[in-house]
Amino acid sequence: MGEFPVLLTILLAPVAAALIMAFLPREEKLLIKCVAAAGTFTSMALAFYTYFTYDTGTGGVQFVQQIPWIKDLGVTFYLGVDGVSLPLMLLISILGFSAVFASWNVDHRPRDFFILLCLLITGVMGTFVTQDLFIFLLFYEMVVIPIYILIIIWGSTKRVTKEYAGMKLTIYLLIGSAFLLVGVVALFMKTAGILGAPDMSFAGLARAAKSLSQFDQIWMFAVMLFGFGSLISMWPFHSWSPDGYAGAPTAVSMIHAGVLKKIGGYGLIRIALYVLPVGAQFWAPVMAFLGVCGVVYAAMAALAQKDLKYIVGYSSVSHMGYVMLAVGSLSVIGLNGAIAYMFAHGIMAALFFSMIGFIYEKTHTRWVPDLGGLHRQIPKISAGFMLAALATLGLPGLISFIPEFTIFIAAFNKYGGLAVAAIAGVIVTALYALRAGAYALFGPPREEYDHLQDIKGPELVPLVVLGTVLVVGGLLPSLLFNVINCGTIPLMAEINAALQIGGKF
Amino acid sequence: MVEYAMNHAWLIPLLPTLAFVAIIFLTRPWPLLSALIAVGAMLTSCFFATFTAIGVFTSPELTEKPLVYAVNWFNMPGMEINVGILLDPVSAMMMFMVTLVGSLIFIYAIGYMQDDPGYSVFFSYVSLFAAFMLLLVASSSLVEMFVGWEGVGLCSYLLIGFYQHKISAREAAKKAFITCRVADFGLLLGMLLLFWNFGTLDFAALAEKIPHFQQYNVSAATLALIAFLVFCGPIGKSGQFPLHVWLPDAMEGPTPVSALIHAATMVVAGVYLVARVMFLFHEVPSVMQLVAVTGGFTALFAATIAVTQREIKRILAYSTISQIGYMMLALGVGSLTAGMFHLWTHAFFKALLFLGAGSVLVALHHKADVWEMGGLLKKMPITGWTFLVGCIAIAGIPPFAGFWSKDEILLATLESGHYVLFAMAAFTAFLTAFYMFRLFFLAFTGAENPANHPKESPWVMTVPLIFLAIFSLVGGWVGTPWANVWSEWIFFGHPHHGEPNYMVMIGSVVLAGLGIYLAYYFYCADREKVKVRELARRYQGIYTLLYNKYYIDEIYLWLNHTLVDGAAKIFYLFDIYVVDGIIVNGVAAITGLFGEGLRVTATGRLQNYALVFFLGVLAVFVVLAFTSPLLAGPIWGGVR
Repeated sequence: MGEFPVLLTILLAPVAAALIMAFLPREEKLLIKCVAAAGTFTSMALAFYTYFTYDTGTGGVQFVQQIPWIKDLGVTFYLGVDGVSLPLMLLISILGFSAVFASWNVDHRPRDFFILLCLLITGVMGTFVTQDLFIFLLFYEMVVIPIYILIIIWGSTKRVTKEYAGMKLTIYLLIGSAFLLVGVVALFMKTAGILGAPDMSFAGLARAAKSLSQFDQIWMFAVMLFGFGSLISMWPFHSWSPDGYAGAPTAVSMIHAGVLKKIGGYGLIRIALYVLPVGAQFWAPVMAFLGVCGVVYAAMAALAQKDLKYIVGYSSVSHMGYVMLAVGSLSVIGLNGAIAYMFAHGIMAALFFSMIGFIYEKTHTRWVPDLGGLHRQIPKISAGFMLAALATLGLPGLISFIPEFTIFIAAFNKYGGLAVAAIAGVIVTALYALRAGAYALFGPPREEYDHLQDIKGPELVPLVVLGTVLVVGGLLPSLLFNVINCGTIPLMAEINAALQIGGKF
Repeated sequence: MVEYAMNHAWLIPLLPTLAFVAIIFLTRPWPLLSALIAVGAMLTSCFFATFTAIGVFTSPELTEKPLVYAVNWFNMPGMEINVGILLDPVSAMMMFMVTLVGSLIFIYAIGYMQDDPGYSVFFSYVSLFAAFMLLLVASSSLVEMFVGWEGVGLCSYLLIGFYQHKISAREAAKKAFITCRVADFGLLLGMLLLFWNFGTLDFAALAEKIPHFQQYNVSAATLALIAFLVFCGPIGKSGQFPLHVWLPDAMEGPTPVSALIHAATMVVAGVYLVARVMFLFHEVPSVMQLVAVTGGFTALFAATIAVTQREIKRILAYSTISQIGYMMLALGVGSLTAGMFHLWTHAFFKALLFLGAGSVLVALHHKADVWEMGGLLKKMPITGWTFLVGCIAIAGIPPFAGFWSKDEILLATLESGHYVLFAMAAFTAFLTAFYMFRLFFLAFTGAENPANHPKESPWVMTVPLIFLAIFSLVGGWVGTPWANVWSEWIFFGHPHHGEPNYMVMIGSVVLAGLGIYLAYYFYCADREKVKVRELARRYQGIYTLLYNKYYIDEIYLWLNHTLVDGAAKIFYLFDIYVVDGIIVNGVAAITGLFGEGLRVTATGRLQNYALVFFLGVLAVFVVLAFTSPLLAGPIWGGVR
């Protein structure tokens, strides 16, 4: 192919940055940060280019690049994006770039920090740009290592120690991936013979899996549901999430809550649902139920929190419940809502965590009763914080409202009363989001914070970038849905076709 | 020009939005420029709205078939959402009213907000407020309207909490948003049900489908449920019982904001929503009944509270709740004409009253207790006399605006056969006259309080007052029973001309007059206010109950702090001690124990490992020898 390998460049730009940084002297702090920024910026610019040049008229997988790799296993280094993966790829590229600037003040071993951060970004990116299950798993495992190191070296210890938080998060990720691996291996073994040549691409597996028995589909889906579910912090496998975010440094919280979690949702849709539709149909009510439990439970728990990061941590568990509910609705509207909401949540959670990061950096506390009146001293951070809080509570006009609304429609059509419980979550969400803002930012200013400096220069980048996406995406939801439609409509058509055939068995 | 304005009606909400953006990002350091941009945008919008209204009112066919300019917002299979502008007499009237009253309030704010450090920010927020309200009014679909709906909620949050360093302002803002959120939960469910059953949320399409709801397999009970859920939204936003609690606290914001919230934007949004989806309510008489009862009850309930309050803006706030109750009552008894008419006249006199109160507050350095005022009429003649116009208008004395619209409501209630509601509404009219003139006499007449040194406000504040006073006088003349142009423009179904009912007219004037006289007797003629103090002492229980607003705030506070926070704590403790403590850490501990157990075997001695290795190989051989036929031969052969 003579075309410019755009996806490969998006994927490798942060790696290139990491390599350059490795050869820079560790004293050149500013240069190191600039290199990291340049690498992630390249990624982001190209991701935007890809997003807006993706041909929605044609649809399907585009920007394809295939390099055969392990013939015996049918593994191909297969890059390509469609309407399901494209928004998430764009998301990680935006968050990666913002995370670099949110970490601008990291002074402790900055070279190592930014190298690991760039590797982390690449790992997450890889899971979204590939169309091959093996490569997906490879990148997924690649994510775990930098996350662990980043937390235990640059993390913070509050309710739990950072070592505990890092360990808990890592082990959860690994247990999830172990189950996933069982499912994948079983899937591969059972389908390997069917098509003649083994094929690890999603499409190939989906074709082959049609011949699986109903029982096989059901148990394989269950295993994958556990794997992906614990990754997306599905209730009751969520408890790593608040602790993990609280312990992690800002950039890791941003990327983890923003996109890494979404690998779970993406995997559920792209792999579990697409390859095992019969299993999905069986488990759909369970997914929806666990989703609703998560929404209500985590929202209530968030209400009782006093640490800003815990509030957002529980809030993100609650919001991922909406995604589970939407996936459980097994409809185009639901899947559209789920993907759009993952994008929206990524942006707002990242903005939230970056603003909390700045507050913590400046006041050295995240404990809400110790804060208050900050809007006078640090108005820009406060504005960003409130913007994120309002997006969290689903304010129309910001990016999260329309996806939330679509999810409600899909869930309501399918599950009626159950959905009502989830929708009631919007009240509790408003309660904790506004309380956090009110007690941390408003009220009489405190003397001890009079000397604080508001964010300026490079520190403004996360607010500007994420804030812009937050508003533009809210005013023009078609920017998201036109692309997502290209992925979900064919996906759902395949699933429905498979379910009709599945009836014959 | 009319043609041009109607084709560019989308500019009406857009211009204040642009003003917001321009102020926030560009002109914030220059307060006066910011104010001029906001006022300019609003006046231009008003200019467009005027011509649009002329265009709409000169084309009567628009009542039957509203003019809709819509574009696709986003779509997916099974869901297509449009946004656009819907022009019919109701929306045109609202746009005109909002921009007109809004412009006057903005001009007033130039003076009122003087020397405030947040001057520019204030003007950006109020511009956004007006923009969202205009979007809400002009929207052609329920989703779009919901955007405006929540948008005004957001702006009221920002503006009520404008003095963020004050804890009371912060709490009031939060309360307003969350109370409305609770109500919007119902509205949201109603919208989902509507979409589920009719597959669209465009007003035009819904208006066509809902009258034939049986064709869409929708039962009457479902439709009633939908109507009820949709009505939840207005209960919150329009401050109807039992979700009225946020509105009195909303006075924490700067006074022009109170005027905006109470007159032109925000609270009337609920009334407008009910009017907009009248085709839905019309099909379900039971919910119509509920609307009427809620309105009638709220009107009386709030009026009784207003009688005992002491803070000037708080009295006005309860009067708003009461007056909005009137509007709901009118809609509930099926008279869209009367409800919207009262909305129209109320906007002028309530804006006037709030701005007048603001003028007083500035003069008295924000001392708000009416009992500490007195004699202000002499020192502040323009404020005083215009305030008196507002009081007469709201009390319902002809020929002022409030009389005509209140008369229409009483008439509609009577004609529909709701005698109890009629009696309640009539009694409310009496109370209204009483508490408004109590306020007036206490603040503007009598002895001056020597602690005060009031002086009249600058012209930039008094000129809007004069304009509003004129509108409070003439605003009702479009709807007099003898020449009722209003009812030919704004109606649901077909226009309804009530016969002039002199009994009702005279009756309501007598009641209002009685209220005014009683107020005069207690608060003006009786210089020392001895009799009224005596009265309050004799009925101590009732007085305390009313003064404390029936303790509803306390009940909600208790619910919030005990039930909600208690439940939250339980969930959180469950998470820490059960999910995390027992399950997660439990699994980890068991794994750890296994590790400990296995550690015994990891001795590090090569001999031990060799022994285990040898035993293992032996075991494998033994097993294979007995089970595998392939290997049994060589193994047994070797043994032999």
